[in-house]
Amino acid sequence: MEIIVCVKRVPDTAELEVEIDRSGGGIEERDLAYGINEWDNFAVEAALAIKEEHGGKVTAITTGGEDDEEVLRRALAMGADEALHLMDSAFEGSDAQGIATILHKAISARPFDLILTGAISSDRSSGQVGGMLAAKLGIPQVALATDLKVEGSKAIVTHEVEGGLERVVELDLPALVSVQTGLNEPRYVSIRGIRKVSSMEIPILGSGDLGLDAAAVGSAGAVVTVEELFLPPKVEGAEMLEGDEEEMVEQLVAKLREQGGL
Amino acid sequence: MAGQLSTSYAPASLQVLGLPAPAVHSVLILVALATFCFILWRRAAVLRRANPDPRTDQVLERLKKLLVIGFGQARQPRYLLAGVLHILIFFGFLILSLRSLTLLGEGFVVGFNLPGLGGAVGEWYATLKDYTALIVLACCIVAAIRRSVFKPARYHDRHARKSHGHEAYLILGLISLLMIADAFYEGSEMASLEIPFGAALPLASFASIAVGGGSETLFVNLHATSFWVHNVALLFFLCYLPLSKHFHVISALPNVFLLNLNPVGRVKPARHGVANLDDIKQLGVGKLEDFTWKHILDFYSCTDCGRCTDHCPSYASGTPLSPRMISINCRDLAYESYPVFGKPVAPDKRPELVGQVVREEELWACTTCGACEEACPVTIEYIDKIVDMRRFLVDEGRVPASLQKPLAALEKHGNPYGKMARKRGDWVGKKEEALEVEVLKKGAETDTLIFTDSCAAYDPRIIEISRAFAELMIQAGVPCGTLGKDEVDSGHEARRIGEEGLFETLRDQNLEAMEEREFKSVVTCDPHAYNALSNGGYDLGKPVHHHSQRLAELIELGKLKPKQLNDGKRYTFHDPCYLGRHNGEYEAPRQVLKALGVNLVEMDRSRNRSFCCGGGSLYLFYEGESESRMGEKRLQMAADVGADVVVTACPFCLINLEDAVKTTGREGKIEVLDLAELVQRAVVGDDSV
Repeated sequence: MEIIVCVKRVPDTAELEVEIDRSGGGIEERDLAYGINEWDNFAVEAALAIKEEHGGKVTAITTGGEDDEEVLRRALAMGADEALHLMDSAFEGSDAQGIATILHKAISARPFDLILTGAISSDRSSGQVGGMLAAKLGIPQVALATDLKVEGSKAIVTHEVEGGLERVVELDLPALVSVQTGLNEPRYVSIRGIRKVSSMEIPILGSGDLGLDAAAVGSAGAVVTVEELFLPPKVEGAEMLEGDEEEMVEQLVAKLREQGGL
Repeated sequence: MAGQLSTSYAPASLQVLGLPAPAVHSVLILVALATFCFILWRRAAVLRRANPDPRTDQVLERLKKLLVIGFGQARQPRYLLAGVLHILIFFGFLILSLRSLTLLGEGFVVGFNLPGLGGAVGEWYATLKDYTALIVLACCIVAAIRRSVFKPARYHDRHARKSHGHEAYLILGLISLLMIADAFYEGSEMASLEIPFGAALPLASFASIAVGGGSETLFVNLHATSFWVHNVALLFFLCYLPLSKHFHVISALPNVFLLNLNPVGRVKPARHGVANLDDIKQLGVGKLEDFTWKHILDFYSCTDCGRCTDHCPSYASGTPLSPRMISINCRDLAYESYPVFGKPVAPDKRPELVGQVVREEELWACTTCGACEEACPVTIEYIDKIVDMRRFLVDEGRVPASLQKPLAALEKHGNPYGKMARKRGDWVGKKEEALEVEVLKKGAETDTLIFTDSCAAYDPRIIEISRAFAELMIQAGVPCGTLGKDEVDSGHEARRIGEEGLFETLRDQNLEAMEEREFKSVVTCDPHAYNALSNGGYDLGKPVHHHSQRLAELIELGKLKPKQLNDGKRYTFHDPCYLGRHNGEYEAPRQVLKALGVNLVEMDRSRNRSFCCGGGSLYLFYEGESESRMGEKRLQMAADVGADVVVTACPFCLINLEDAVKTTGREGKIEVLDLAELVQRAVVGDDSV
């Protein structure tokens, strides 16, 4: 079983006060700390779990700059067998389609049975790369997987569909599954674990190696560009109810009635 | 009495099964000793394969501990009845061991006496041993009644998988049998010689009265039978010890001698003798043999008394942890893996040590408060073992999700909250709120470095403590500074979680930041940071203080002049684990409270028996199963002594106890304060308080 898992390095913004940079199209990077995209972390764990059950090989792939190697090291520390770093100045500024194109070139040249991606990345939140990549590879895809099993040459995937429903589908491999958070419990990666894989070789491939037309990717090939980035405006009207539980419930009900909510 | 009976009655001159008694006796003793040595050798097999642990330094200090905790039984009276019973039986054992040797000798030599135990000394010893035997017998009866009728809760662990209670009865029975056999041995002789009841030999006299009026044959047979019963029971007892939980009779004294003499707050290195973490193939303890040999000796020495679990705040609040069961279950595993007969069981054929024998939830439920170790009468260590097993889990990536986030944040941001490193020095305030605390640039100099650690730098409620303390230092004329954004978390909790690599990284970052600045000493409001900087692996080479110590000093020197807080309120002090138990500082905060003239009442669980608030730092993130909260239990103890104000000296104690005030609906009834805040009230002299 050859499993490829696509990972991305994103800024950790959970507790940070994000500031918009001068260009108005990005965020101030001065105080940002980066790490693996949360969804991708679940994807790596899913890949390792399948490998541990069925045997095979897990390869982690990312596209990005030098610093992005960090997420590949992390995947190796978790237990991935190989990593592949797609890096080229021509890749900078790629939109989702650009990223899918780069990944497609790299992956189509390799054997694979299953490709895993995170359903979405926390920085751009477009959620498109998985679908585009599957289309380019001409393989079936399921998005928002909450459970994933491999049986023989099939993948059995539970995934979220509209209306809060979940659906179980069976796919012929090779296939691409983009995973939702919570489908497993990702293992912890210790500092020592990272250090252990620090000397592992990670091949770097650029546009030439991949046979990519540089104009088709990066900002040159982007069909989506960011016009403006802004923080949600502060609005007024938040109100804290006070008193014990019963009093607060009464106040809440009264307010909902008043405003026509009940 | 021995020797007064006609020589022909003496055991050594009789025949047993048609053979001369000394011959039979020799065989019996040889077989028993060989069996005993064989069992001990087999028991030592796992110790020989275990990890190293240097324990032979500071011999004088070790002997002192052996005298006080071992022979002095210093930790026994904490449980008065059980403790006194144990002390009596223990000293009874020591006294009666001479008698047992004498009786073994009588199997060979008629009228045998140990050298020096003849004549008048012998008479005196006979009386001493007879009273002792009487007392020991009485203790065994009381102990058995206590176990069977009164059933103390600590003998019934809710996490026990199989009961070892029957072993206790067997041992009590054996000891009683030894006492009774000796009594009849002497009593039959007294009856035969028609020696009347004597206060010098009460137990033997009772036996003599019991058989009084019997025939001479009865006396002779009884005398011989009692002798054999005594000696067979004694030798059986010896061989049974290393098979049962009563191994402690043999191993406890060596275990006390070999105790951990390092500061309590220092966790053991990942592997003794290996300085670089990366040189260790598998970190921590994942199988039995990964423990150090001393830790396995700990398992052998556990008496199953349950004092550790009885003091464990985690157990008390209904978590999966019971420290006693770690010892018992690991000993069961050791006995099963290294059977007396047959080959050792290979690690992959046994239940998993971490995960099955000791469940992961047990390990994460420990706050490392140290109450268990303080309670153990035979100095068994728990924190080092738990940390070692966690190190294994961390290395394997088996860390609960609720702890992974704060750990990742520690790595990325230097604090478990994921807050910006740039804002770490913001607690000193800006503009009109700015304190005269210098955020030290590289190369800057100050008198005292305030190390806040993460909580007191970011948590809005705890920043109040940092500010209160800093204001007091400034008022006392002590120049202070902080490392600002160059400070990172002390790593104290990361280390205890088992993330040794992260601890080292954080420590090195702090040490580097400190080396780049000049200061005379470090002070912190957080006992965890105090522990890390002083004992926990920083080796700073400069004095480190907890703020309670600095406050006590400044008040004593007259640099701070607090008013008397004659507010009619009752105060109680909650000893933070890492200030008290782990660093032995109980006096400084009380000295400060005394200087403030407050009405201080002590809780039953105070000082080294303090009850953990629920744990600090990463423990605030941990989501484990429990029935209640430690903080609520602790607050109840404060309420029980009628406290209006609970004073503590740790950010996390404050957070947990203030939470408990809210969740138990005691707002306005009990107030929780940090020591620095209380001093500030007295110094500022706000009369509204």
